[in-house]
Amino acid sequence: MAVVFERPKSLTEVTTHYCPGCTHGIIHRLVAEVMDELDIAGNTIGIAPVGCSVFAYNYFTCDMVQAAHGRAPAIATGLKRALPDRIVFSYQGDGDLASIGTAEIVHAAHRGENITVIFVNNAIYGMTGGQMAPTSLIGQKTTTSPFGRQEAQTGKPIRMSEMLATLDSTALISRASVHNAANVIKTKKLIKQAFMAQQKGLGFSMVEILSTCPTNWGLSPIEALKWLEENLIPYYPLKDFKVPEEVK
Amino acid sequence: MAEKILMKGNEALAEAAITAGCHYFFGYPITPQNEIPEYMSRRLPAVNGAFVQAESEVAAINMVYGAASAGVRCMTSSSSPGISLKQEGISYLVGAQLPCVIVNMMRGGPGLGTIQPSQGDYFQATKGGGHGDYKMLVLAPSTIQEMVDLTMEAFDLAEKYRNPVMILGDGMLGQMMEPVAIEQKAPAAYDKSWATTGTLGQRQHNVINSLFIQAEECEKHNDHLQEKFGQMEKNEVRYEIMHEDAEFFLVGYGTTARIERSVVNMARAEGLSVGLIRPITLFPFPTEAFEKVSKHAKGFLVVEMSAGQMVEDVRLSVNGRQPVTFHGRTGGMAPEPKQILADLKKLIEGVK
Amino acid sequence: MITRVTIYEDICKGCGLCTTACPKKILVMGNHMNSKGYHPVTIIDQNLCISCAMCARMCPDCAIKVEK
Repeated sequence: MAVVFERPKSLTEVTTHYCPGCTHGIIHRLVAEVMDELDIAGNTIGIAPVGCSVFAYNYFTCDMVQAAHGRAPAIATGLKRALPDRIVFSYQGDGDLASIGTAEIVHAAHRGENITVIFVNNAIYGMTGGQMAPTSLIGQKTTTSPFGRQEAQTGKPIRMSEMLATLDSTALISRASVHNAANVIKTKKLIKQAFMAQQKGLGFSMVEILSTCPTNWGLSPIEALKWLEENLIPYYPLKDFKVPEEVK
Repeated sequence: MAEKILMKGNEALAEAAITAGCHYFFGYPITPQNEIPEYMSRRLPAVNGAFVQAESEVAAINMVYGAASAGVRCMTSSSSPGISLKQEGISYLVGAQLPCVIVNMMRGGPGLGTIQPSQGDYFQATKGGGHGDYKMLVLAPSTIQEMVDLTMEAFDLAEKYRNPVMILGDGMLGQMMEPVAIEQKAPAAYDKSWATTGTLGQRQHNVINSLFIQAEECEKHNDHLQEKFGQMEKNEVRYEIMHEDAEFFLVGYGTTARIERSVVNMARAEGLSVGLIRPITLFPFPTEAFEKVSKHAKGFLVVEMSAGQMVEDVRLSVNGRQPVTFHGRTGGMAPEPKQILADLKKLIEGVK
Repeated sequence: MITRVTIYEDICKGCGLCTTACPKKILVMGNHMNSKGYHPVTIIDQNLCISCAMCARMCPDCAIKVEK
């Protein structure tokens, strides 16, 4: 009997604190699988955000740095400039990257920092109890948009991948999803391409991954996958905005 | 007489602010104060106010700067790491003489720390985490009713002095529930002719600004600000003394004072002469409370949920007359009555 | 019987995501409880498993090992 699939080595044996069905678990595993396949865990430093995945520092076996809310791209910049031959990645949620951290992500991207950003977009603030995110949809009810998000009050949700793709200094920008197995496989491929782009020194790479938050969406894990497919994908199209030839 | 309702601290504070005429709230989620922005997002549409979940605490304090410039009552709330982000804005608000209320529900630090309560931001609040020579009124409630009352007063005080006022609470006060009565009270009216609301061609333009590029001008401005702070020190000191004739005093504020009340009762049940000095304003610091008891007091035990911050102001106020000792817990841990009592007894033994 | 799919019961959080991925529909949520109070997933028939590992790919907790 040969093993077809098991826990990647770059994940620790710790059971995560994530809610049942939270796609952070899938995405953590994909990053770890890529680190295994490229054999880079010993050369990698990851940066954990503020948000549900703040405890990512307990789940990866590579060196980890915990960042202030939104500042991960700046911390990544400091690390990568100091250790240019190491792989540096940040792992951020939609509050971290698209709210408080907009200056940091835009400028790391615009400077063309040779880092990889994993952007987990579940259109809500999970850790703090379900407040509205910049990526929450019009009409979406959250604890700070109790009557549903209204465009007149808070504008339309922000599409970070489209916005960052307009910056010339970015090397790889793509949006993926983890709502079914086929897309999980595609997402892993994009994450691998992003890390390879960094290995080849091609510049700034980011993979935005549409994700679920069953608890704060008020849905079961399986219903949440469906909600993602039916509601998030139409607004946040899955697309390879920029993928360098060298990693295709 | 307003009806008493059981409310969570954060929500009672938000309701009190709205009752005081604050219809503009700008904030960002951070535990343990999330109920404040959430409550505001539900209630402000009904009073034709505006709720904005800002992109960050930095943006939020600058939104407050904008709304305050418009002359309206406005507020932001956060917890320790977010209050650190607001420091530049607070310095600007003082320099520009803008009234507003800033709420800090303290949590354990430093850095991301913990979500449990602490009192680790005393220095930041009273000695200025922001740059320059500035002060703001810092009010420290110890019950939810007091939080309601002080929040409502804070808006009046902010406008009276044209200066930010801080409500310094902690995660426990924010999360606990107590019965409160929120009195409907018309907000005091203060002159707002300085506000930038548009000249409408009828007056000289108003300028909200903290830049005085000529040093002589800047010094004059600082003299004026210092005079205001002097007025605050003269008029706004508040404190409570429990058993003023006691020989030994526990000193504490906020949640810690609640714990110390139990310790006072435990100590007195054992025949010890113990009282409590509870500062309610942390700036201005109630030095007079320590002078009041100076003739008969024999020692002070300061208890804080920190490594020792207010204790320095107590030492300054006591001015060497009696011993001042300290008991503290950090990291979000709450001090325990038995351990405070043990340290109190050590103080008493030491003095004998 | 060859064990193609191993469920690590005490890691499983009973989320059910794996059941949506199995093309042979052999994964079903169990009625029993694990040590954490979750109802872990169970396999109806190992013999029908084709070792595609789609279940393991959907699992957020690495609670499934697949062998061929």
